[in-house]
Amino acid sequence: MSAINGQSSNGSTAAPGTPRTGGEVVCDAMLAAGVDVIFGMPGGASLPFYDSLYHYQDRIRHVLIRHEQAAGFAANGYARATGKVGVATSTSGPGATNMVTCMANDIMDSVGVVYITGQVARPAIGSDAFQEADVTGISIPITKHSYLVMDVDDLPRVMSEAFHLASTGRPGPVHVDIPKDVFLETTTETAPDQVNLRGYRPSKVGNARMVRKAAEVINASERPIIMAGHGIDISGAAEELLLLATRGSIPVVSTLHGVGTFPETHPLSFGMLGMHGLAYANFAMRQTDCIIGLGTRFDDRAVGKEDEFGPGAKVVHIDIDPAEIGKVLETDVPIVGDLKLTLQKLLPLIESRDRTPWLDQMNGWRRDHPSLKIPDSPDSVLPQEVVRAIYDISGGEARVIADVGQNQMWASQHFWYERPRMFFSAGGLGPMGYALPAAMGVKLADESQDVWCVTGDGGLLINIQEFNTLAAEGINVKVAVLNNAHLGMIRQWQEFFYEGRYMGAFLDNPDFAKVAQAFGLHGVGTSSRDEMHDAIAMAHEYDGPVVLDLHVDRVENVYPMIVPGTGVNSVIEDPR
Amino acid sequence: MNGTETHTLVATVADHPGVLTRVASLFRRRGFNIASLAVGHSEEPGYSRMTIAVEGSAEEVKQCEKQLYKLVEVVSVRNLTGAPAVTRELAMIKVRAKATERPGLAEITDIFRGEIVDVSKSSMIVQMTGAQSKIDRFLDVITEYPIEEISRTGVIAIARDDVGPRNGRARG
Repeated sequence: MSAINGQSSNGSTAAPGTPRTGGEVVCDAMLAAGVDVIFGMPGGASLPFYDSLYHYQDRIRHVLIRHEQAAGFAANGYARATGKVGVATSTSGPGATNMVTCMANDIMDSVGVVYITGQVARPAIGSDAFQEADVTGISIPITKHSYLVMDVDDLPRVMSEAFHLASTGRPGPVHVDIPKDVFLETTTETAPDQVNLRGYRPSKVGNARMVRKAAEVINASERPIIMAGHGIDISGAAEELLLLATRGSIPVVSTLHGVGTFPETHPLSFGMLGMHGLAYANFAMRQTDCIIGLGTRFDDRAVGKEDEFGPGAKVVHIDIDPAEIGKVLETDVPIVGDLKLTLQKLLPLIESRDRTPWLDQMNGWRRDHPSLKIPDSPDSVLPQEVVRAIYDISGGEARVIADVGQNQMWASQHFWYERPRMFFSAGGLGPMGYALPAAMGVKLADESQDVWCVTGDGGLLINIQEFNTLAAEGINVKVAVLNNAHLGMIRQWQEFFYEGRYMGAFLDNPDFAKVAQAFGLHGVGTSSRDEMHDAIAMAHEYDGPVVLDLHVDRVENVYPMIVPGTGVNSVIEDPR
Repeated sequence: MNGTETHTLVATVADHPGVLTRVASLFRRRGFNIASLAVGHSEEPGYSRMTIAVEGSAEEVKQCEKQLYKLVEVVSVRNLTGAPAVTRELAMIKVRAKATERPGLAEITDIFRGEIVDVSKSSMIVQMTGAQSKIDRFLDVITEYPIEEISRTGVIAIARDDVGPRNGRARG
């Protein structure tokens, strides 16, 4: 055993020279990476791997999901909640293609997941064998890297490289496709002690000269703003971010994935920016003279119209991925590096400055444009009220996993996240059906945390089969269905931009409480405000998974909204 | 955006199956335009050298270099456009030429320092090596002869002096 002080990346728990099967090599690599829960469904080509898992079940918990897409999303949730690598596994062909959406989601959101897929045995590859698909061919453009392992002697090295690639630099999905007979063959090889990939050397600390220049630009600015992205969370730089903001009296807005990287009740926090960001966060981007982009890729949903985004502002951009710098915005101070290490170098150079006029201006916008005011609604429960109720009842301590669409925006807006890794959402790819399986992964990452899945009725139906996994595995997730009987965001866009020609927007839903009950879950349906509050309080106390089918206003819209292709000047605010 | 021009990128890549697919997939997905791509062994066992002629503005090609460098199997990327470098292409051109037409074609070929590498009753194959512009010029000059087939390797390039691609890195 060469794993000294847990530092070895070689993934072996066997003495050098001890023969191990391919399946055992994969299991050992997972253990070496600290993975204790994996998500998957077996099939013909991965049966030998499952035979290895059988012998490792005391150390690695395998959660049998009911659709391979749920395995990928659950592994994503696990990875994001732990900071470790998630693992999802499937058989060849259809099992693997069912995880394609998950890989595309991981690469967009920079989440480290290793996908272990079975492949038909080597002699059958290329013969159009049963359940054969060229899945590494499919996964190339949607993974950070991929391997088809044709020799079991390569497998120990490949597995340690896979975990290394998934978790370092800008994290991302790595796909390892393993033929059935490679799982079965034995090898005496062990991985090298250190992963050595000549073409992969992620940056550490940003260039010192550029860091000094960044400090000069920031110190000279009158109206700087920090745009906090997912990189803060990935790099573990929340503390440095707080210091930067407070030392320089610099207000902070966050991207969707940056939500919670800066405490949202802090006076310097101005919430999320972007298409459904808070009006005052977006106003600030119009007026700022210095954008400090930290671990963000300036996504189009955050930036909107580029020429109305910080016109004339200096741009300081720190990111670990050189390809993100200058991709969207012309950058005055480009810095490639790990955020935490780079901010530690930057912090001592930041002058403590009084920026009262700028903060007064921003707080004036906050006062005059109260984006988070929930209007009165005597005849219906508004979906925002549900998110607020979860916030109140959980004391703001719940981990919230949102799906995609209106529910996602309300969940980001009406809950104040005080720490990183409290709010999870599939921001880049936007796959509906993400929330329920991802919530399972988040819960199993740390069962001491309360976990709420906030989903729409449309997204729930995409992976509703996972009710079975919740019940069978006893995964204590509270599911709040914001049931408006519509694909709400579709309905909203058709109202705003297609003159109310509703097409494919209405959902003829089942009774989700009864569906939950049929799966053996505690299911409750509500239609009034009081029932909604009672149900959320009940779910909070209940020891086990609960599904709340919360009937909310059917035509509520998400505000504010910046119409795509326009800037903040044409923001649509809540007319009420 | 600046005007579009052809840039010559030289990349050192691990000699693995599928690496060409990755590079091609990246170019297709991000809409980068490949004018030509040539790949062969490099001086180092286990590594190949790719010369890729890319059409695009300076900004687009910069982004292309960075994306290329992100591929794990790509060890280095260097843009040799405007740098001291030698670039060459090889072309083979099959020209229909009766016996009476051969001397004229042979003369032009000779002026361009090309070689006639095959002769049949009705055609000749000319081999031409040099900068892309030279081959283009040769083709312009022989327009009176009916060309049956052209096969070009695409450019390969190598930097002069000490700015070799092995030290090159696409950086932000």
